[in-house]
Parts: sequence; structure tokens; C-alpha cells
Amino acid sequence: MSAATADPRVAAGGRVDSGEEMGALETIRLGLRHSPELREGLGVTLLLAVLASAGQVVVPITVQQTLDRGLGAPGGPDLRFTVLLGLAALVAVLVTGLASYGMTSRLFRTAESGLATLRTKAFRHVHDLPVLTQNTERRGALVARVTSDVDQVSQFLVFGGLLFVVSVGQVLVATIVMAVYSWQLTLVVWLCFAPLFASLRYFQRKLSDAYGTVRRQVGALLSAVSEPVVGAGVVRAYAVQDRTQQRIDEAVERFQAASTRAQGFTAFSFSLGGVSGGLANAGVIVVGVLLGFGGDISAGEVLAFAFLVSLFVGPVQMGTQILTDAQNAIAGWRRVLGILETPADLVDPGEAGVELPRGPIAVRFEDVGFAYPGGPPVLRGIDLELAPGSRIAVVGETGSGKSTIAKLLTRLMDPTTGRVLLDGLDVREIRQASLRRSVVLVPQEGFLFDDTIAANLAYGRLDATEAELRAAADELGLGDWLAGLPHGLATRVGQRGEALSAGERQLVALWRAQLADPDLLVLDEATSAVDPALEMRIGRALDSLMRGRTSVTIAHRLSTAEQADEVVVVDRGEVVQRGPHAELARQAGTAYARLHASWVAQQSGRGADRAVASAGTLDA
Amino acid sequence: MTQVVDRSTDAQEEPRDAVVAPGVPPSALDPATRTATTRDGFAVLLVAIRREPWVFAVSTIGSVLFGALTVADAWVLGWSTDHVLLPAYRDGEIGAGMLAAVVALFVGVALLRAVGIVARRLGAGIMQYRMQAHTRRAVTRQYLRLPMAWHQQHPTGELLSNANSDVEAAWGPIAPLPMAVGTVAMMVIAVVQMLATDLVLAFVGLLVFPAVIAANLAFQRRSSPLMTRAQELRAELSEVAHESFDGAMVVKTLGRESEETRRFAEIAQRLREVNVRAGRLRAAFDPALAALPSLGVLVVLATGVHRVGTGATAAGDVVTIAYLLTVVAFPIRSLGWLLGEFPRSVVGYRRVTAVLEADGEMPHGESRLPADARGGARLELRDVAYAYDPDQPLLHGVTLDVAPGRTVALVGATASGKSTLTSLVTRLVDPDAGRLTLDGVDLRDLAPGELARAVAVVPQTAFLFDDTVRGNVTLGADLPDDAVWAALRAAQADEFVAALPHGLDTRLGERGTSLSGGQRQRLSLARALVRRPRLLVLDDATSAVDPEVEGRILAALRRPDPLARAADASVDDPAIDPDVPPPSLLVVAYRKATIGLADEVVHLDGGRIAARGTHAELLATSPAYAALVNAYETADETPVPPTAEETR
Repeated sequence: MSAATADPRVAAGGRVDSGEEMGALETIRLGLRHSPELREGLGVTLLLAVLASAGQVVVPITVQQTLDRGLGAPGGPDLRFTVLLGLAALVAVLVTGLASYGMTSRLFRTAESGLATLRTKAFRHVHDLPVLTQNTERRGALVARVTSDVDQVSQFLVFGGLLFVVSVGQVLVATIVMAVYSWQLTLVVWLCFAPLFASLRYFQRKLSDAYGTVRRQVGALLSAVSEPVVGAGVVRAYAVQDRTQQRIDEAVERFQAASTRAQGFTAFSFSLGGVSGGLANAGVIVVGVLLGFGGDISAGEVLAFAFLVSLFVGPVQMGTQILTDAQNAIAGWRRVLGILETPADLVDPGEAGVELPRGPIAVRFEDVGFAYPGGPPVLRGIDLELAPGSRIAVVGETGSGKSTIAKLLTRLMDPTTGRVLLDGLDVREIRQASLRRSVVLVPQEGFLFDDTIAANLAYGRLDATEAELRAAADELGLGDWLAGLPHGLATRVGQRGEALSAGERQLVALWRAQLADPDLLVLDEATSAVDPALEMRIGRALDSLMRGRTSVTIAHRLSTAEQADEVVVVDRGEVVQRGPHAELARQAGTAYARLHASWVAQQSGRGADRAVASAGTLDA
Repeated sequence: MTQVVDRSTDAQEEPRDAVVAPGVPPSALDPATRTATTRDGFAVLLVAIRREPWVFAVSTIGSVLFGALTVADAWVLGWSTDHVLLPAYRDGEIGAGMLAAVVALFVGVALLRAVGIVARRLGAGIMQYRMQAHTRRAVTRQYLRLPMAWHQQHPTGELLSNANSDVEAAWGPIAPLPMAVGTVAMMVIAVVQMLATDLVLAFVGLLVFPAVIAANLAFQRRSSPLMTRAQELRAELSEVAHESFDGAMVVKTLGRESEETRRFAEIAQRLREVNVRAGRLRAAFDPALAALPSLGVLVVLATGVHRVGTGATAAGDVVTIAYLLTVVAFPIRSLGWLLGEFPRSVVGYRRVTAVLEADGEMPHGESRLPADARGGARLELRDVAYAYDPDQPLLHGVTLDVAPGRTVALVGATASGKSTLTSLVTRLVDPDAGRLTLDGVDLRDLAPGELARAVAVVPQTAFLFDDTVRGNVTLGADLPDDAVWAALRAAQADEFVAALPHGLDTRLGERGTSLSGGQRQRLSLARALVRRPRLLVLDDATSAVDPEVEGRILAALRRPDPLARAADASVDDPAIDPDVPPPSLLVVAYRKATIGLADEVVHLDGGRIAARGTHAELLATSPAYAALVNAYETADETPVPPTAEETR
């Protein structure tokens, strides 16, 4: 991992699509394409939704009919009519309830299924992204995309999306029904709501900004609050408690201010609907009375109209609320979809690809060049042939491009020009499954999963039995180390393996590689200093691991180069020398001679017996 | 309201320990203890109300205002029907004053109601955010006050979730609180009004309220276990995603993408099932809750028509009661929301309270070190013993001196007690027996901040703050940029800092993740050097730094005033004084090159000093030491039996 933020090449090409360019409708369209479940039975659900919302008109109509024809019937209230009407309304209410049940449960099923698919697809896609992109993104942000962002979409899909459509439908239906009663009163109602509709866009933008700020402040708050916990030792040792507290207080305050501001906008925009409703009610009564004088409308109709206004106000408020929540949901959906829209540039040929034959692999680089997007070339015109079963050490100074060679070999990246051939086959034509089976990279830091040692080894080979795990340990000379662990194979390694020391993590990583039984082993040598006794153990394990395979080690120590069959010296993106150590060390004035000289100087200086060539640790 | 807190982070930090499992303890869902939870829930709310009585009052008044005016709306409609609409139709005329009154009443009521809404919602928000802020400040103050030993007993994830998701959960019920209070008020007003309007119709209508409340409670009871389960699964999902992305390189290089996806998909499917079940429950209850008032209205109408027929009641009264029913029945749900928040709230509050009530503090004395002392300090350890777990002492009987300006290297296998010793020297912990003195003063007698003025430690794992490079080096101390650059130069960090886009002002992001391990270590070292410590403790602080660079750093440290040495000679800074003698150094080291620089080497084995002397002496006299440090050389020849500590 390099100094990512300072690195122009990262900015040029490694980021996950933020999706921010996408419009709301485009987001929904794309979302539906990625989760086809969402469309399933949409027609039926919509029908149920219409039925459910239409049913809500039943009660006000019943009230109106009762008033006009039950209470106001000529010759006194008509009880029989009222009871019959009531029974009809009862049936309608029950049907409405059933339709509503059907709609909601169907919505939950399709939305949750669709989102489970989306989540899983996005998760998989993160693993398919180029290493460069994976490293550029903050882990927390990637995790949020497959967890909380998806949850936000869920709220919207279940309670928002369809309900919004239905709300708009209800507003239209209410308008039509109102217009049947009286187009004049309908006009009055719409006039009363016109200012609300006009200001909607403005408030949406304000709200979206306000919640964006809240989101950023949450990040800052979480970071500030973690400092007295994660940095407990440093804060105490430097006695900076006051300063730390002050920083937290500031973050707490900023978060509070941002949240309050957002809440203010929400409350204010929500209250507008009620005011419009009050205006509409007054307008209906007043205009209704005036119209009544002309005989255009009956008292019962005006009253029913007053109820209809509440049917209009309800969905309008609902719709406004949904639009508000939708800001977050659509933004979340965009971010998830943004992952899927980020190209996974390494294409797996799949079934069309070829299988690598088993047995030690011959490696060939043909005029290979590599540059990060928009960056200068890192490797130029590399031609290299490595014999099967040989031990190769790649050496070079920081930034020489030697780590890039490892990434091209294992197809973590594809070359910009030229070809990388394994056993004569272009790596791009080899099936991903076959390539991963035969070629294994052991990275500098042996990352372990928070589980037992056995479970971590399973990443190397899923079906390995305990006997096989132990056999592999013995082959690497780890038997007594294993025996010394408190729970043997069942020892839990902690988060990222931090219950083990750095050296022990490396041991497990080597053991995992042994189980994977690769034909080509690519090692990025660890640079961290570890306990010398453990260092020796690692050396022995490595030695056994390399036996019978082709191995390429990105060496940071000249002692590793000494033991290799062949050394490849990389300088400024080009292979400048190759051959056995002894031979290269004799060639005066070369890059290797310089590395060697500085190593020898280190050795003799100040009683230090053995040190490392100037190949640094910062290029990984 | 809108869920603003980054759930992923929360969930990732949720501890997995059963005792502190996220969500609700099983007992809270048991009907027998449910009332207890409800009572506790109200007790938590009472704490908030006591703390913020005014905001609570404003939001509650707003909510009551809203409730009352919603009811008033029905009354205005009824009044308009009886006094304006019907007379107008009957008589064919109406005074303009009456029409104006209708407008004034409706609009006035609507405006006041809007004020009520804003007061209620904003008030609830302000109260909730204030309580969160109070609690977060209090919890983090505790974190800073409590001794290191307390921190070591509590997993990081647990402490982070205490300050984040637990605080949020504890004050969750504040959001629906004013609404619930307003609903209760509204119900009372509505009931009184209904009773005043028509006793018989009111009784018919009132049957609806208990039915709605019962339905709500039944819903809460069934749904809260599902909600809890969903919450747990979300935490699990986030944990898997976090770990899997962290290990993306391993997953990729071993071709395990499909297995990882399967692991994730399995939990995603389980979450889906729980959500669908919760959804079905909701689908059943929602229409039932909506239908109850409708049914009530129908019954009221049937009864009302009969009573109007017999002349027992007026048509307007029937309308009023029917309207009241529809208006009041819906917000009853907010009581359900309030009660539904209680189990999470109670658990969150208890966990936060446990932190706030934790005891323990590192006591300080009053002594000060001489203000004008310069150059190396003298560190003495006398018979120091320390055990984190009484059964496994980490150090015993350690007696050790670091003379002014001298360099002492601590060498030992993993877990031999080296890091414990550095924790004692910087007084992150106090010894169980024996004493440590700096220039003759017992560390425990020093006034707060005194020790940090003289001693700087650079830990194994560099910790960087979410701040600029300058902020990370100075930690708020008022230091000129020259001094910061000098420290960076001494730590061999000046080059890469100069290459950063904004130099010293570059923000490093959370924990400096944008830098490499070696760069983080060198910044951490610069932070120590800029303070011109008189004793510098390096706990394997340069492990990720290139050995040659490390050599240059250490050599600089051993010369007088390292900062001056590293600084450009032309820098005319009176703070840099070439006559300042070098600091004393205590170094935990693995590399021979580092060890070779020390004046004295102390070999720790199993928490005891096994041997001491110069590197050369120890090589000659101590076979165990020789075996330890010569492991490189013997690697190719005869394997060395592992030491006891290594195998643990």
C-alpha cells in the first residue's frame, strides 16, 4: 500500500465509481436492472396498491351518503339504508385490508430478495475489483456500501417507492373524485397547495445538503471518539488528554449542529403541508357556501368534500415525506450501484479459458510494460525467461518496479504492453480458477481472518483434513511451534491475526501457501523485523515451501538473493542484470554491485553482523 | 428520524462477546420481565427529561398543541357545519363575518398546528442530540481519565460501541416521546370532547381506542424479537464484509472469491428471511390498525342515524365524533413506537452507565522535575514486578539503570516482558512491587504531565491522529515550523512529508491509513523528538523502517541535541542548542545493527533479567543470548531449540 493520497496515479484511475453523476430516475432504472426480483409480480402488487388506496375513499363516501340519504332522507332518517350502506362499507374495508396485506407482504418479499441479490453482487464485485482500487478505497466506505447503504434502499423500496406512486395516484384520484363533486372547489384546493408544490424542489435540495453534512460529521465524530480508545497509550504517554478531549468536543458539537439543522429543515418542510391543508379547508367551506347560494352544490357534498380534502392532504404529506427520505435512499442506491458500475478490469476467460498443466511452471515475460492509468511507465520492455523449478530473487531499489513484477505474475494486474506467459500460455487466457490454483502470492503482511488457525488454513485448501494440516506443518518444520500454541489448530488468531506476533502470522501465511500446493510461488518478502529465533524458523519454512516449485521472491534482503538460483536486478523499470549472485557481485560498477557494497558496509559497520540491502520497505 | 449514523462502522465495532452482545437481552423479550423493561425505559427517559427540562417542555407543549389543534380541526369543521354551512343552505344567506370567521378559524388552527409540529419535531431532535452530546462527552472524558489497566480489560470494539451505538440506542426513545405525550393528551381531549358531545355515541366510539392499543401491543411483542435478530444479522454481515475486504489480497491471490461470497450471501439470505417475516407481520397489522377506526366510524354512523331519527342527537355531533375517531386513532401508533424503542434503550443506557460509573484513576503526586534540566535523565528501576493476571507475572525483580546520555537495549524473545517494561517507564501502568525513579523522583510522585515533559515513548504500532502532519507532530504544542522540520529530518521523515500535497498541512485521515507502516513510524518518532525528551523510549519503534535508515536515525539520536544535528546549520533558531547533551535511550530491539549501538544490553527472559553487559560480552558469556541474536547465522546450519517464551 503506497501513500495513496499523495499518489497521482491513484487519483488517475483507481477509484470506485461514486455514482454521484447518476440522476434519480437513472438510478432506479439501473437498480431494477441489477435486481430483477424487484420487477417480479409488480403488476399484481400495483393492482393491490390501487385497490388498497381506493378503499380509503370508502369511509368518507359512506359518511357523505349517510348524511345526504340516511340522515337527510325525506321523511326522517332512513335506518335501513344506513345499515345496508354500512355493511357494504364493511365489506369494502375488509377487502381494502386484504389488499393492503397482499401489497405490503409482496413488497417486502421482492424488495428484500432484490436487495439481498444486490448486496451479494456488490460484495462479489468488490473482490473482483483491481487490487489498486481495493487499496485506494477506505475499508469502512466499502463496507458501508454493502451494508447500511443497502438498508437505506430497503426502507425506500418497501415504504417509499411504491407508496410514492400510490400517493401520486391517490392525489390524482382524490382530484378526480373532487372534480366530480365540484370542479370549482377542486380548483380552490389546488390553488391552496400550489405554493407547497412550488417550494418542494428548494426544500429537497436544502435537505439533501443538510443530510450530506450530517453524514460527513458522523464520520468525523466516529474518528474523534476512537482516538482516546485506540490511542489510549499515546494520549497518556504524551499527556495530551485535554487536547484530545477538545477535539472530541468539537466533533460532538459539529455533529450536533449539523443534525439540528437538518432536523429543522425536516420539521419546517413537514409543517407546510398542514398549513396548506388548513387553507384548503377554509376555502372549501367558504367557496362551498357561496356556490351553495347558486344551487350548484348541496350541503352534504360540501361536507364530503371537506373529508375528501383530508384524502388529498394525507397523500401529499406522505409524498413529501417520502421524497425527503428518498434523498438518502437514492444516494445509498447510487453508491451500491457505483460499485457494480466500476469495471473489474481483469476479465476471467471462464469456460473459454485454458487450464494450466500441473508441475513446476516456466515463466516468460515478452516485452512487458506497465503504467498506472495516467502515470509514467513503471516497467519497460521486460523480457525474461525463468526455468521451471528454479528459485528466482528479484532485487532493486525502492520504486524500481520489482513489486509490479509480482503483481503481473499473479495477474493482480495486466500489463499495458506485451505478454506474461506461464508454461507458454498468456495469463489472460488462463481460467481464473486454474490460475489461482497453480499460482499463489504470499504478500508481505500475512493477513489472517478472525478465526482459528485451522479455519485460516482452509483458505489455502478447503477440503484439507486435520491430518493433512499437521502433515503440512511438519513439512515446514512447524510441528513444535504448533504444539506450543495454547489450543493448537483451534487457537484463535484474533482480528487480522493480531493475537499472534508478526512473525507467527507469516508462519501461518506460509503454511496456508503450502496447503494450496502451488506450482509457482510468488513471495513478497516481509521487511518487518521479527524475533530472530522466529526469523530462523520462517527461513526454514520458506526453504521447504520452495522445494519442487518455481519460486519468485521479491527480495528485500541480500541474503535471500544469495540463496537464489538466479538474481534479477530491476532498476528504474528495466531489467539491468541477471545471473547467480556470485557472478553478479563480481561485476563492478553495476546496480547489483552498488547494492552489494552498501550491504557489506552495513555488515562491517558498528558491529552489525548482517543487514539488508538498501532496498527499502516503502515500495510495497 | 433519518438514520444518520454509519451503521457499518457501528456494527463492525459491536463486540461479539455474549455478555455484551448487541441488541436486547433475551429477558427483555420475556413477557414476565417486559413490564420491568417498560419501567426501566421510562426511568431512562426521566433522566433525559431532568437533564433537558426546557427543551422537553417546549417539544411537549408543541406536541400537545398539535394534538389539541388536530382535535380542534374537527371541532371547527363541526362548528362550520352547524353554524355556517347548514344555516346558509337553509336560509339562503350568511353574514360575511361568519365566512371570515371560518377562514380565520381554519387558517389560525392550521398555523398554530404548524408551530406545534415544528416545536415538537425540532424539540425532540434538539433534546435527542443534546443528550447524545452530553453522554458522548462524559463517556470520552471517562476514557481519558480511567487508567490504562481499565482499557486493557475492555476490548476496543466494546468501548467504541459504548460511545457510538449505545449512546444512540439509549436516547432513541426521545424521538417519539413528544409525539407520544401529545397523543396521550390528544386522546384525553378527544375522549372528553366526545363524552361532552354525545354520551352514547362516545361510548360506541371509545371501544376503538382499547382495540387499537391492544393491537399495537400485540404487534410490538411479536415484532421486537425479529427486529433484534435483524440487528444482530446486520452486525454479522458488516463484520464479514469488513474482514473480507481487509483480507482482499489473500482472497484474491488464493482465488477464494466464491467461498467468501457464499459466506456473505448466507448471512444476507438469513437477514432477508427475517426482514420478510417482519414485513409479513407488519403487512398484517398495518391494515388491521387502519381498519379499526374505519369500523368504529361505521358503527358510530349506524348508531348516529338511529339517534338522529329519534331526535336524541344532532347531525353535526355524529360528524364530529366520526371525525375525531379517524383523527385520533392513527397517532396511537406512536405509543407503540415509543415502547418499541425501550428494550434497546435500556440495554444501551446500562452499558453506557457501566462506563460512567467505572472506578479507578491513576493517582499523581505533586513533585516536579527541575524546569531547566537538560540532557539525558537518569532512570532507575528497583526490584520492579508486574502482573496483569496474578497467575502469569510478566516481570519480576527487575533492577535496571539508564545513566544520563546512555543507550540501553532490551533484548528478548516474544513475550519476555520488554513491552511491559516500557509501559512501566512511561507510567501507563504502575508496578505491583518495587519502584521506578526518574532523576531520583518516584514516578508516582510526579505531578500530572511532568513525566510526559521528560520522557517520550515511541510505541511499536504508531498511532496517528486524524489531523494534519503538523498536528500529529506537535500535538497542539506551540512549536515553530523549523522545530517540526528538524524533528522530521531527525526521524528521516522530511522527504516524504515535503512530497505530500500540502506539506505539514496535509491531513492524514483516520489513523493515517494513507501512509505506509514505515512512514507512520517515522512520524511517530518525530513527534517524540520534537519534544526534546530527556529519556526516549523506543519500543521496537522502527521495525517497519529500512535498516539503513534506522541506522541513520539511531546514530543521530546518540549525538548532542539530535534536533540541532538534523537541522540545517543555517537555521537560526535559539531553541536549537548544539551544547545540549543527547537524551538517554531505552530501546527494544530485534535487529543486531540496532543492538550493536547500545552501551549496555539487557537480556530479558520470562520477565527476568537473564544477562546484561555489552553486546560483545553477552555474545561471549551467555549462550542463550548468543542463540537468540545469532539465529540468522545458524538458520542454515543447526536449528536452535525454541525458547520457552517463543512457544508460550
